[in-house]
Amino acid sequence: MLRYIVRRVLWGIGLLFIVSALVFLIFYALPSGDPAAARAGRLATPQEIDRIRETLGLDKPIYVQYWYYVRDLILHFDFGFSYESNAPVRELIFDRLPATMSLVSGAVILWLAAAFPVGIISAVRQRSAFDRATMITTLALYSAPVFWLGLVLLYLFADDIGQFPIFPGQGTYTPISSGVFHWASALILPWIVLAGASAAIYARYLRSSLIDVMGEDYIRTARAKGLGERRVIMRHGVRSAITPIVTLLGIDIGLLLAGNAILTESVFNIPGVGRLVFTAIDRSDLPVIQGVVLFGAFFIITFSLIVDIAYAYLDPRVRYA
Amino acid sequence: MSLLQVSDLQVRFETEDGTVKAVDGVSFEVDAGETLGIVGESGCGKSVANLTILGLTRGQNTTVSGSAMFEGEDLIATDTEQLQRVRGNEIAMIFQDPLSSLHPFYKVGAQLVEAITVHQDIGRDKARARAVELLELVGVPAPERRVDDYPHEFSGGMRQRAMIAMALANDPKLLIADEPTTALDVTTQAQILQLLERLQDELGMAVILVTHDLGVIAETADRVLVMYAGRIVEQGTLDEIFYDPQHPYTWGLLGSLTRLDRPRPERLPQIRGLPPSLLFPPEGCHFRPRCPHVHKQCEKVPPLESRLPEAPAHLDRCWLEPEKKRSLRVVEDRIGLEEPAA
Repeated sequence: MLRYIVRRVLWGIGLLFIVSALVFLIFYALPSGDPAAARAGRLATPQEIDRIRETLGLDKPIYVQYWYYVRDLILHFDFGFSYESNAPVRELIFDRLPATMSLVSGAVILWLAAAFPVGIISAVRQRSAFDRATMITTLALYSAPVFWLGLVLLYLFADDIGQFPIFPGQGTYTPISSGVFHWASALILPWIVLAGASAAIYARYLRSSLIDVMGEDYIRTARAKGLGERRVIMRHGVRSAITPIVTLLGIDIGLLLAGNAILTESVFNIPGVGRLVFTAIDRSDLPVIQGVVLFGAFFIITFSLIVDIAYAYLDPRVRYA
Repeated sequence: MSLLQVSDLQVRFETEDGTVKAVDGVSFEVDAGETLGIVGESGCGKSVANLTILGLTRGQNTTVSGSAMFEGEDLIATDTEQLQRVRGNEIAMIFQDPLSSLHPFYKVGAQLVEAITVHQDIGRDKARARAVELLELVGVPAPERRVDDYPHEFSGGMRQRAMIAMALANDPKLLIADEPTTALDVTTQAQILQLLERLQDELGMAVILVTHDLGVIAETADRVLVMYAGRIVEQGTLDEIFYDPQHPYTWGLLGSLTRLDRPRPERLPQIRGLPPSLLFPPEGCHFRPRCPHVHKQCEKVPPLESRLPEAPAHLDRCWLEPEKKRSLRVVEDRIGLEEPAA
């Protein structure tokens, strides 16, 4: 097991290098504008632009630039400086991560809390009124675009523009350090919006997974032993049905932390990683893009490793060597 | 008085294509301590009948009628909670494929402990000790170590032993073994059958052995039911069924056995055709379309009754006269079913 983890971590590091090199290449291959010119401002002379290009190291060949980047990253955990604001990229990302993590963690808890009971009940009462109603609702939920759902919820419940002003609306995010209550209440609507589609997908996934499992021979054995139906479903059925859910969850958390929560962040004006990278792409701010992509890749690699390790505990037949 | 008395059991499944009459009026009884063999092809209703006795076929699309009296209680009519007290306790069941029948995520010991504690109010330590004892009883070597193994770490035969141990956890009066040896290789099959026989002697329980294998029946059963397309077509003692079979389907089953004491035939004898669809079973005798001795009377369902004055407990469902049967069933000097000219 340990050998396996070490090997996976080494692979992950190699993958991060490949990802960073690719981002570098893509950035240079695309007509993204000259960062030095953008930095120098509208009235700059060619000499000034050249000087800025020199300070930023943009006059060097691309492989030299990449080498500097990697060297600083490894030696000093230094992601460089934003072309745009001159602030260290590391700080920029660390400033934004708590907001994204707050958003994602709450949403994950919410969607699991919704998906589990719905998925289990609709699987056990297949074709019942409850099953049909929730399957239609979930279809609607995951078909609804996030920005639309977000605006609808704001229109209904935001305390400034809402018809039923009960929750803080747009731009009210404050860090958890300035009070848990305010932090949580400001995030309720974003959590619901971000959780909506996933809750629907997870409920459906769990439903079909559990329906399959309930047809297994060992479920018949559990019943033949004389176990109560609740125990048969929870201890024997759900226990098996969650393994595919765990895979899905690992990928989703990784992706959301990597910036996939951008739509929700935008609708609710939450200063998260998604919005940071969006602005950076808009302004050809390579160091920030590069930094966010690396962090994103790191999260995805980490969570897929966690999923694989969790698998060995969930399913004793899985052994890594 | 018999231990289990099943009367006119009918099981129907509603499907998109229509109603499947999986079990169509089956009656039989099991006495304490005896082994009843139920034999028939896949889909003849032998498994469904037994699953239904324990309520394991209950569901939205299933209609069950008839009764199954066990110790003064009708298992067909009783509610699921009451059935749960009987399942795994007074009546236990083991299944065909021991790998898929054990939960892959729980240790064998944990699954045994669960079977014990659901019916007995004892602590985990005691239950675990009992689990080890049960594994030892069914011949699992090094039981105190194997109790912590997962099912996938057991061999096929050992898994079936573990299943049997689980079934014996609460000293059942009746064990229903549904094709217990079908998924095992031949040498393991023999061991499992010997084990079942030994346990039955030691524990005095009755066994219903469901199988498609007449060889298994010959080795273990006291009495035999032959089922075809949802109905019992013949029933009698082991000797009656093997040496004086009355139903052409039974002749066909016996005729398709290979025998070591005869020269090897060119081609193994078989029963022509396929079992009928239970969605649209033929009118009258269900075996009619495949029977070389079919005649006008077969359009009516023959009752399951004794047609031999000397053997009142030997029942069959065939209109033919017993004397005629005795001549018709001899094919090439042995019991078999004549094949119509192709």
